Amino acid sequence: MMTFKQAQWNEPLIIERSREGTVGFSLPGPEKPTVDVPVELLRKKRPQLPEVSETDVIRHYVRLSQENYGVDLGIYPLGSCTMKYNPKVLDKIVASAKIQDLHPLQDAGSVQGILRILRELSEWLAEIVGLDKVSLQPAAGAQGEFAGAMIMRAFHKQNGDLDSRDEIIVPDSAHGTNPASATMAGFKVVEIPSNTDGCVDTDALRASLSHRTAGLMLTNPNTLGIFEADILEIARLVHEAGGLLYYDGANLNAMLGKAKPGRMGFDIVHINIHKTFGTPHGGGGPGSGPIAVSKKLEEFLPVPTVERDRDTYYLDFNRPNSIGKIRSFWGNSSVLLRAYAYIMMMGRDGLEEVAEISVLNANYLAKKLSQVRGLELPFPHKIRKHEFVLSAAKMAHETGVTAAHLSKRLLDSGIHAPTVYFPLIVDEAMMIEPTETVSKQELDEFIAAFSKASTEAYANPDAVKDSPKNTAVTRIDEARASHPKTMQLTWKQKG
Amino acid sequence: MNEPHPFMPNSARRIKEEMLHDLGARYVEALFGDIPEPIRKSSTLNLPSARSEMETKRVVEDLLSRNLSTREVVSFLGGGVWPHYVPAAVDEIVSRSEFLTSYTPYQPEISQGMLQALFEYQSMIAELMGMEFANSSLYDWATALGEAARMASRVTGRDEFLVPHYVQPDRIQTLKTFCEPARIRVVEVEQDKRTGALLDGDLQEKISSKTAGVYVENPSYLGFLEVGMKRVGEIAHQKGALFIVGADPMSLGLFASPGELGADIAIGEGQPLGNHMNYGGPLLGLFACGDERLLRQMPGRLIGKTTTKDGSSKAFTMALQTREQHIRREKATSNICTNEALCALAAATYLSLLGPGGLERLGKIILDNSHYTMQQLRELEGLKVPLFEAQHFKEFVVGFDRTGLTASQINAELAKRGIQGGICLHDQFPELGQSALYCVTECHTRGDIDRLIAAIRAILGER
Repeated sequence: MMTFKQAQWNEPLIIERSREGTVGFSLPGPEKPTVDVPVELLRKKRPQLPEVSETDVIRHYVRLSQENYGVDLGIYPLGSCTMKYNPKVLDKIVASAKIQDLHPLQDAGSVQGILRILRELSEWLAEIVGLDKVSLQPAAGAQGEFAGAMIMRAFHKQNGDLDSRDEIIVPDSAHGTNPASATMAGFKVVEIPSNTDGCVDTDALRASLSHRTAGLMLTNPNTLGIFEADILEIARLVHEAGGLLYYDGANLNAMLGKAKPGRMGFDIVHINIHKTFGTPHGGGGPGSGPIAVSKKLEEFLPVPTVERDRDTYYLDFNRPNSIGKIRSFWGNSSVLLRAYAYIMMMGRDGLEEVAEISVLNANYLAKKLSQVRGLELPFPHKIRKHEFVLSAAKMAHETGVTAAHLSKRLLDSGIHAPTVYFPLIVDEAMMIEPTETVSKQELDEFIAAFSKASTEAYANPDAVKDSPKNTAVTRIDEARASHPKTMQLTWKQKG
Repeated sequence: MNEPHPFMPNSARRIKEEMLHDLGARYVEALFGDIPEPIRKSSTLNLPSARSEMETKRVVEDLLSRNLSTREVVSFLGGGVWPHYVPAAVDEIVSRSEFLTSYTPYQPEISQGMLQALFEYQSMIAELMGMEFANSSLYDWATALGEAARMASRVTGRDEFLVPHYVQPDRIQTLKTFCEPARIRVVEVEQDKRTGALLDGDLQEKISSKTAGVYVENPSYLGFLEVGMKRVGEIAHQKGALFIVGADPMSLGLFASPGELGADIAIGEGQPLGNHMNYGGPLLGLFACGDERLLRQMPGRLIGKTTTKDGSSKAFTMALQTREQHIRREKATSNICTNEALCALAAATYLSLLGPGGLERLGKIILDNSHYTMQQLRELEGLKVPLFEAQHFKEFVVGFDRTGLTASQINAELAKRGIQGGICLHDQFPELGQSALYCVTECHTRGDIDRLIAAIRAILGER
């Protein structure tokens, strides 16, 4: 069995490596100040930035990279994050000057290649989610949600009942971004409980629907990894009440070629390019969160969209009822370019197989892990889709070892931990999404690591609580980082 | 599909069958049995079939080859995304797959590398802006402005936001999209037609006890510096409003920082700090603020320095998460989750390489190059350069009114000569007549600039 010991450089801050007079740059031309700037416009106090050589910089950040875990090192089963393998050819494609050195305001004639790519990607994404038109602009999933909620707003405004329709319904299992985005778009959030199957409680939904309902935000499969089988009924109820259905695309991976959100009755969908379409997550971003809408909502999409006139591609700003701009320029183009190449490479059958293998992996893992002592799979009779949620409540009760402790213990095996304490409706939740890109062998190693941690928890709980030991640092004092007296957010601030 | 797939090890037939057997299922399709038939049946994908890696690369590169990159021409486009040199060391660091393929550091013990880099990024941006705190990134300058207006409104409990007339159109439109649902009114303050300076009288007239914030850019979208920055800040503060300053980070090695000018919130675009233009995205929203009261209302992720529980070593982790959506849900300060961490890493690497001296020297080179261009253009008959009588940095407006040609006619002629002229301003600001916004950076050689001058001289000569 593999063992793991992460690099422990105890690398100082780059500012602590600073030595006066050292430089890490070479700039063109001799310094010959020919322009006189009025002194009152000049900076008085030099910024405290490091003075280090290029060698220092490279060694510093390469050492830091060794203290960081990524998908290329092993399984990274964060639920709802779809941490799949990022194909290397995509890195090569986006390193081209033909994308890196394009300015967004170049004449359409000089960017026909990228415009065609973006147009075809828009069409492919519309096909994948089963809706009519796509905007590629949102910078991330949450921005797609904001744009979607703004479209709901524009739709109800046009119908003259925005003032009364001021509520968006979200289930209690929803991602935190859903209520946050709805609020940003000026709506009140109404939360409804899940039923005993972990799905939307249609009675509770019925009771919350009214003339005040602007829409429902839902992810399907939901955050428990369970397909909302009543979705057609849910859609009918929301539409009958005059509301719109918003699909949070964070969990789209298992739906590829199997169930299009448009066919489920959704009116607006955002797509997390960085989750479903193989683009790297970059330590937190950049991602990309295009939205797709049904025909009746096309007029509200953010401007511009990428259009085609025979063999010519262009940006179309002519959309008088648009919600407007939501960011600068046209979208996270280089991320979108990766997705284009990914979809081209996978093709129709490959994408459907992504759904199949991701679901196969999740169900296999769910079954095996639910047999580990102290772990339970809530709603055990349900088939899972891309992910599932375990509860470590039994273990916590019997040994004092919580989901948080367990997750730290997994790190010691060189495995990234699942998402913990989410969704909020499961006690001691561990939300696990293996994705289609892990092997059975890796899954079995993951199961073995869990079993080992469980055995330890029942034999010697304190040892588990003492984890992690093999990471760059041991258990971190997180409270200290946020306490007003000890908080330190920059190197000049006294901690 | 029968062939095993290189990214899906368990697609190999025997492994798949073994796993299905474990689940008591005969076919994978059984795992989708809970999807209602009408949905399942109508969800087949109408997409092209798969291609090999080699074919994909060839097809995509062939399409990309139809683009004319700014490396193949001389380009004077800026206005929100600018051509700046990206040192090889930056590309090297952001390509490290330990960084590239990681995600939000929810498990800090195994993610110290990214956390420390982001802490360093926050420190450097705070230094550069002359502010106390910076977050670990927003999407771009435009969304940073939208977030700043909403934050100012939350802090002051007021609902009007003052902005200058000359702001980049995407920025102002994004601001309005962010403000409308929060019922914040965006009010424009006029600028002097000759110097571009914010008009004192108009500001005094429009500022009131309803004003949540006053926003000024320095340098402005049109490249001129605002001489009255401090005074605008004082007026804002007298009325109990926040003072929000937008700045180009490339100017800050040389010109006064937002902090020195009295800003409460400082924002800007971080793309120039080691990030390629990439046809306009991803970008990097800079966001900094002045004190702890404001910090509590700040949008976006923050990384803090702390220690291990046993106190044996320093450590980094996410801080003040109770402002964020995954904890606070509908009460969060913003909905942002995925941000631009890798672009922030590029910025940290870039600023480490440049240091204070490099940034100052780079500022001087840009100043020098842009002034040389203005000076040369001024010698051509019929041009007004710069259109605004003020100190400029990196960008400036060229007025073509007296040439008898439109700015787009000139650009079309320049394009024939392998030059991308500046951004035509007529649609955005008709009152500026036939004019264009030119951007000159360290990437422009004297040869590039002389080519532009010769080309415009020839175009004007052909009239």
